[in-house]
Amino acid sequence: MTRKRRRLYLLGLFLLGLGTATALALAAFRDNLVFFYSPSDLARLAVAGDRAVRIGGLVEQGSVERRAGSIEIRFRVTDLQNTLPVVYAGILPDLFREGQGIVAQGRLGPDGVFRASEVLAKHDENYMPPEVAAALKRSGHWQETAGKPK
Amino acid sequence: MHRFANPARFLRLGAAIMPWSTGVAVLSLAAGLYFALFASPADYQQGESVRIMYVHVPAAWMALFIYTSLAATSAIALVWKHPLADLAAKAMAPVGAAFTALCLVTGSLWGQPMWGTWWVWDARLTSVLVLFFLYLGHIALNNAFDDPTRGARAAAVLAIVGVVNVPIIKFSVDWWNTLHQPASITRLAAPAIDPAMLRPLLLMAIGFTAYFVSILLLRIRTEILARKLRTLRYMQGAEAPAPAVAGERI
Repeated sequence: MTRKRRRLYLLGLFLLGLGTATALALAAFRDNLVFFYSPSDLARLAVAGDRAVRIGGLVEQGSVERRAGSIEIRFRVTDLQNTLPVVYAGILPDLFREGQGIVAQGRLGPDGVFRASEVLAKHDENYMPPEVAAALKRSGHWQETAGKPK
Repeated sequence: MHRFANPARFLRLGAAIMPWSTGVAVLSLAAGLYFALFASPADYQQGESVRIMYVHVPAAWMALFIYTSLAATSAIALVWKHPLADLAAKAMAPVGAAFTALCLVTGSLWGQPMWGTWWVWDARLTSVLVLFFLYLGHIALNNAFDDPTRGARAAAVLAIVGVVNVPIIKFSVDWWNTLHQPASITRLAAPAIDPAMLRPLLLMAIGFTAYFVSILLLRIRTEILARKLRTLRYMQGAEAPAPAVAGERI
């Protein structure tokens, strides 16, 4: 075995070990590496009410309520299996609307209502001009995919 | 491949390629910017902000592509000890760092109006920031030693260790919940992007790649000439045979 060949094998072995170690570490931290929990995750993980968490999902159709004379807004976030009522007072991003994916940071109250301190819009990976989007909606090929939690 | 490890042959080849790659870069970037800024539609959700994508996405592709090249070059430098591979790695790193910075800045500018925040610590954004620090670390290590060969070896090891970050960046949006959206263009499915928007995106990507080729050839040439000059000065000053340092012998 030449020295070059030996260095090549050592490098391959090193990369294999490094890759395995990284994969194991990432798998171990799986629940902590997510940026947000879905409403189902939240029910499963039983997060304590005093901990700040982020939740993500779609804003349920027809769930947005604004009260006159107040900036407080109430809506429900759904992952199509579980829903979570959210209350928020503050500035919403431009993309916020019913059916849109969002990520909200806040605390889960004892009454099961999520009190958000920050609401971010999640954008989907579809790019098209407005006319194309309108045509898709007319022909019934429209699929609401934004922010659907995995 | 060993044939091109000869610096004289590399210089000739580079001089032949450079006018072409520079021409392609100028034309593609001019056409790409025209389509990106004027001759493409606004997005149905993002409005005019979608135009930031035509710089952001190709810059992100370049950041990953250059890092992968950097790691491959470093592996060649460590295993086969080609002096040219060390020079190429050293020439590549600042260009990659610049593309990563461009990607981070444009992404932040897009995130503020669209997401409602300049920055979040989700898996995609954080792993790209780590990539930026890997580039900076590579540049710093390369210059941290008096003996350039030792600096190049340390930097090569860092580049190879950092390569685990590349698949993490690529698949972060699929493995974990992130604020960042998943890829629109994949090999297996039709792109989730309108053809009118794909055109400026691809033109910009071609332009960035051609620019990278030109600037890399230029930087490697400068580095070869600088080392030649240093060796000549050393020989004149010492009035003795040339030093037998592998990296210095050109």
